[in-house]
Order: sequence, then structure tokens, then C-alpha cells
Amino acid sequence: MEDERSFSDICGGRLVLQRRYYSPFCREFCLTCPRLSLCSLTAVTCTVWLAAYGLFTLWENSMILSAAIFITLLGLLGYLHFVKIDQETLLIIDSLGIQMTSSYASGKESTTFIEMGNVKDVVINEAIYMQKVIYYLCILLKDPVEPHKISQVVPVFQEQSSGRSTSQCGLFQTPGLEWFLSQA
Amino acid sequence: MGLVSRGAAAAGLGAASAVVRPGPPDAVPNPVPSPPPGGAARGSSRVPGMVLKAFFPTCCASADSGLLVGRWVPEQSSAIVLAVVHFPFIPIQVKELLAQVQQASQVGVAVLGTWCHRQQEPEESLGHFLEGLGTIFSHEPWLQLCRERGSKSWSCKAIRQQVPVAPGVPSEDQVMLIFYDQRKVLLSQLHPPTVLPDHQAGDAVASSGSLAVVFDTVARSELLFHGDQYDEGPVRLSHWQSEGVEASVLGELAKRASGPVCLLLACLLSLVSAVSACWLWKLWPLPFIRSKLSTCEQLRHRLEHLTLVFSTQRAQSPTQLMRKANMLVSVLLDVALGLMLLSWLHSSNRIGQLADALVPVADRVAEELQHLLQWLMGAPAGLKMNRALDQVLGRFFLYHIHLWISYIHLMSPFIERILWHVGLSACLGLTVALSILSDIIALLTFHIYCFYVYGARLYCLKIYGLSSLWRLFRGKKWNVLRQRVDSCSYNLDQLFIGTLLFTILVFLLPTTALYYLVFTLLRLLVVTVQGLIHLLVDLINSLPLYSLGLRLCRPYRLAAGVKFRVLEHEAGRPLRLLMQINPLPYSHVVHTYRLPSCGCHPKHSWGSLCRKLFFGELIYPWRQRGDRQD
Repeated sequence: MEDERSFSDICGGRLVLQRRYYSPFCREFCLTCPRLSLCSLTAVTCTVWLAAYGLFTLWENSMILSAAIFITLLGLLGYLHFVKIDQETLLIIDSLGIQMTSSYASGKESTTFIEMGNVKDVVINEAIYMQKVIYYLCILLKDPVEPHKISQVVPVFQEQSSGRSTSQCGLFQTPGLEWFLSQA
Repeated sequence: MGLVSRGAAAAGLGAASAVVRPGPPDAVPNPVPSPPPGGAARGSSRVPGMVLKAFFPTCCASADSGLLVGRWVPEQSSAIVLAVVHFPFIPIQVKELLAQVQQASQVGVAVLGTWCHRQQEPEESLGHFLEGLGTIFSHEPWLQLCRERGSKSWSCKAIRQQVPVAPGVPSEDQVMLIFYDQRKVLLSQLHPPTVLPDHQAGDAVASSGSLAVVFDTVARSELLFHGDQYDEGPVRLSHWQSEGVEASVLGELAKRASGPVCLLLACLLSLVSAVSACWLWKLWPLPFIRSKLSTCEQLRHRLEHLTLVFSTQRAQSPTQLMRKANMLVSVLLDVALGLMLLSWLHSSNRIGQLADALVPVADRVAEELQHLLQWLMGAPAGLKMNRALDQVLGRFFLYHIHLWISYIHLMSPFIERILWHVGLSACLGLTVALSILSDIIALLTFHIYCFYVYGARLYCLKIYGLSSLWRLFRGKKWNVLRQRVDSCSYNLDQLFIGTLLFTILVFLLPTTALYYLVFTLLRLLVVTVQGLIHLLVDLINSLPLYSLGLRLCRPYRLAAGVKFRVLEHEAGRPLRLLMQINPLPYSHVVHTYRLPSCGCHPKHSWGSLCRKLFFGELIYPWRQRGDRQD
């Protein structure tokens, strides 16, 4: 069973939330981020190349131009591989754990799995971001040594700092979340 | 379970947490029927509300029908299937085998249920036969896994005899199938390593995570995986090694050879360390020289490493094994790079060229220093120096340079021989060659070090004198008992002499300060170059290359955790998940398996360094271990 809703984040990009229902004790929430915009890519490339051309007219060394090309390429590859997140997924399996996957634009996937035994609670936290207050969902982890203490606070969908406010509000309204909060 | 309602109380985070209340319990479908609380016959045999997790090895998915053998963990409601016993078998022999495994591995292995891999039409006789087995091998709950041949549809049931909802009807649990690759789980190591205490068969550790228990169970049950399908044993098992036990000829040979080789090398190394610990080396000034030279430190470090690697004791834990492997690979790489350097040096008479270039370079450096001093003795940067002091200091340092140059010229016939022998030391490793280079730089710039010390001491003396006389000028003095500045009444002649001296020192300050500045900068330059060399040596010493190589080629060996993937799902069928190993990130690998380095790190922070420079205290940024304070 699948369900799709779209929201917009603070910067105006389009976010898509998909909910998949696999079984009574397994659900998946998938948040797709806005793609890399051609405008910003063109703007950055032009800036770098104009700066390189300016330096070239100053120093008359053609190495500067080749260096600028390398920097642009490597910078783009690095951005796609390490920074730009395409999709974030939250998979909740009853009595097993919670898994958060971030897949980057270059195809790399980084996964974190938190066992149910380590989850102390799931809360909604407020944070002040610039001039507004945003809400985000986070998981509290137990300390292995002291079961009553909280050892870590793990925000869910943490890479999407710009998309938190609106998308999370959309997340809160879905009936799936009530089920999710009642597990654990 | 409603833990969220306690979240508001537990989350003392300072941020207000708004809690979303779940709807009334009827609105949330609860698929697991909770049994009456007093119904559990075997004490802790179930946790109400938990879904039963069956960990099934992927290698057994195509095996023939039989019995499931594994471990049941009641606290986490999970059944870890280790192998499948095929028909025909004699129940007594199966029980004997399980008792054997249980005794050897301290893992509570038991028959968990039945496995049925059948054709399209269900065979009634097989079904009844499998159910009958439940009475011979009683286990609570009894798993019944079933798969249709050639299709992806699985079915599984977990039957509990002793906890009936309605009397006479055995209750069923919801089951979740989790597939795991047995070989990878067996070979992998979880980080951070959770130490599970040795426990008796049948007990389980509730506090550790369920996944650590899975890894531990599979790792301990190696005895179960020893036989393969070609063995003529009484019981026919199916597991990851049933196609044939994994082994390699080279591995076996290396294992056999490693015993005597380690013994021989350990004897040699103990001989070398005995010689180096001999009393002859304790005669002064040898310990002093040894502490100053970084080459000796590096050699000692390497000797320690080699002793550890070739010690005849087996490694106690996987961490120790990795450490030994890392040290061995590091030493091998070091020696390989050193040999490359050696071959490069000895080809086309590089050593001769280096030796020929060395003396002119030293001459050039001395000449530049002389120019510098002449410049300082004149009007450096337009500043006006005190002529007399300037001349004294300048001539003093010029004489030193003259001595140094004579010394270098005296040594020049022997330099090529010395360099040739030093170049031979590169076969001990690149790190040794780099340490020798660093020591040679220190020796060649010894005059700069001396100038720095003279300049610093002079400046330091001046600064202390100035501060003390400044206090006198203001009518105060330093109270040593109370460690503070107190007012004091001086005599007239004390004040007169003090003010006179103060004035003299103030007017001589620019000259001394300039000499101090120049020589400190030169010294810092030399220290930076030496520091970079030491950094490179440190890198080669402490980088865990074997672990990095393992992470690159066999990422499942170093596991940070697991990840799950939901497999194709059909309505009405149980949920199937695939459990894969999540490898450790490279930064964590380096952090966890870093070898201990020499310990030559700068001991000062930037603030204290600046303070020392300002007050003229001597700086020794690269302190070796066991150095005495100067």
C-alpha cells in the first residue's frame, strides 16, 4: 500500500513524502528532496570560471584555467557524493528497530540502524532556526550503562535542515505517524 | 506500548517537547493477540507484544525438507536458525550431536521446528509427519517454515502448545523472516565489540542487543559447521559449509610454517634487545646522545613492534590479531619503501652527487648567515642599533660561524663514506632513513640552535631584569612568599642604581630583541622542517594498513551494524527482510585500529608557545619520551 503527498520546504523546493505499508508491523516513510537546480549549478560554474579568467589576465599562466576546470569538476563530484541528498527513508520494523537511510545524488547510501532496545522514546523537539521556530522529530537513545539516562538525541531526516518545518508538519498529520509513535 | 506518553517526563532536554498522543487504542490495529498474563508455562518464554523473528540463513533457502536447528532467545523473541537436518535421521543421534555442540560452544542449540521445501501440490503425508516431529523434539514455540519449490512464496507459523487462547487450540504467533548470509555473519566483527559473558546453555543475555546475540551465536557455533555433505556422519546437515569446507593450501602451509619461523625470529629479536639493554650503553654520554637522536627512538619502536608480531603467544582477541597484522604490514611496507629508496640512491652514483653537494650547501648557508649578521650589524630595516652591543654580538656570532665552517671542511673527506653507510640503513625501513635525515638536519644546523640559545638566554635575562627594575621604578617588589606584587620603600641609592640600570636595559632592548627575533625565526624554520619529517614517520608508523585493506576488499569483516531491506511482499504472506552487514566507515577504522605512535607530539598549545616566545624561554617542541628537563 503506497501513499504520496507533496509539500514545499522553506526555500520553495518541492518535497515528496511517500508512505509504504508492508505489513502490520513494518512501515516505511520516504522523503524525496528537491533536485539539484540547473540555475545554481550554472551560476557557480560561471563564477568560478570568471574568477579564473580574471586571474589569467593578471598572470598570463594557462595553468590557472586548467586548475579552474579541475576544481569545478572535483567540486561538483564531491558535492554530489558527499553533500547532496536525494532521498531519505525511515523504515520501522516492530520489535526490531528503526532504520534511517540517506541516499546521495551519486548513488551512495548511508544507513543507520537503531535497535528497539536502545530507543528510549520518540519526541517532537522545537528548535529555533533563524527567526522562526521549527519542529523536528527525534529519537532518544538509552545509555547502555545507565538505563535511565539519555545518551543521544538522533534527529530523523536530519540532513534536510531546510525542509524540516513544512515536511515534518505534513508528516505529523499522517495517520501512519500515530501508529509509529505507538510502536517502540 | 505508549512510551511516548512518558516522553514528556523523561525528556528533560530544556526544549519544550510537544507530544503527539496516539489515538484511542481501538483505532490502532494491534495484530498480536496478547495472551493472558499467567499463561506462560516456561517462565520467560515469551514477551507479550513482540513479533517472533526467525533468522534464516540464505544458504538453506534451497535445501531439502528437514528439521531446523538453532537457538531460541526468549527475551528478544527471536529464533536463530543455524542449520537444517535432513531426512533420514535418528532422533537420538540428532540429540547427541546437539548436546555435543552445546557443550563445546556454550550455546543453547536445540531443534526449533521443521522446514518444508515442497512441490506445488502439498503432500499431506509429509505435513502430518512434520507435525508428528513436534512431539519428539518438543520446543516452545514450534516453528513451521514452508516454501514452494521454484517460487518466492514462503509461509511460516509458530505454534505454542502451552499458551492457548481457547483451550484445546494451539495459539499462533506472528512471524517475521529475516534472511542473513551465514558466512559473512560468521566472519564479521561488530564494532564496538559487545562483550557477552560466557553463559550456560539455555540462558540468554537480555541487556545486549538482539543483533549482537545473533552474531555471537553464529560465531560460537563453528563446531556445527565443521562437517560437509560428503562426510559419512550419522546426521546430514545443511549450512554454509555443507558444499565443502573452506580451506586454502597456502593458508595451511603458512599456519604450519609460522610456528618455527616465529620461534626463530623471537629468539633473534630477544638477542638484539638483550644486546641493546647491555650495561655498556648506559655509560655516559651515550644515554644522552641516544635520547636526543630520533633514529634510536624509531629503531626501538620498530623493535618493540617486531617483538610483538613474532611473539610465540597466540592473539587473545580479534583486536590483538588485527594489531599484530597491522604492525606486520606496516613493517613490510616500510622495508619495501626503504629498499626502493636504497636502490634509487645507489643507482647512478646519487650518493656521490649528494656528498659533493653537501659541503657547498653548508658553505652557502654559513655565507648567508654571515650576510645576515653583517646586515644586523649595520642598520637593519632602518632601525638604529646600539653600536657597541651590536658589534659585540655580531662578532661573537661570526666567530661561531667561522668555527662551524672549519669543522665542516675538516669532515668533508669522510662525508661520502658516512653517507654511503647511512644510505644502507634505509634497508631497515623508510622511517629509519627519514629519522636519520632529521638527525642529520639537526646536526648540520647545530650552530643555528646554539645562536638561538644564546639569543634567547640574553633576551630572557633582559626581560626579567626589565620587569624587576620596572617594579622598582614604580616602588613595588615581588613578594616570593605570597607570590604577588607588594609595595616596598627603597633607599635613595637603591632607586638611583635601579633606575640607571633600567634605562640602560631599555635602550639596549631593541638590539637584543632583534637578534633574538632573527635567530628564533631561523630556529622555528628548522623545527618546522624536522616536524614535517616526524609527521611523515608517525604516519607510516601508525596507519593501520591491514585494517584499511580489509575494509576495502572484505567490507563485511568490519561491521558497524546491520541494515535491512524489505523483500518482495505479498498480502497474507509473512514479512521477509534481508539483513546485510553495514561496514564501518574508513574514519572509524583508522580511529579504532591506529597503532600507538612514538609519542613525539608537541606538548604546547599555541597560547603557551607564544607566551614562551615572548618571555624568551627555550622551546623544545619535539620532546622525546624520557627526556630530562634542561
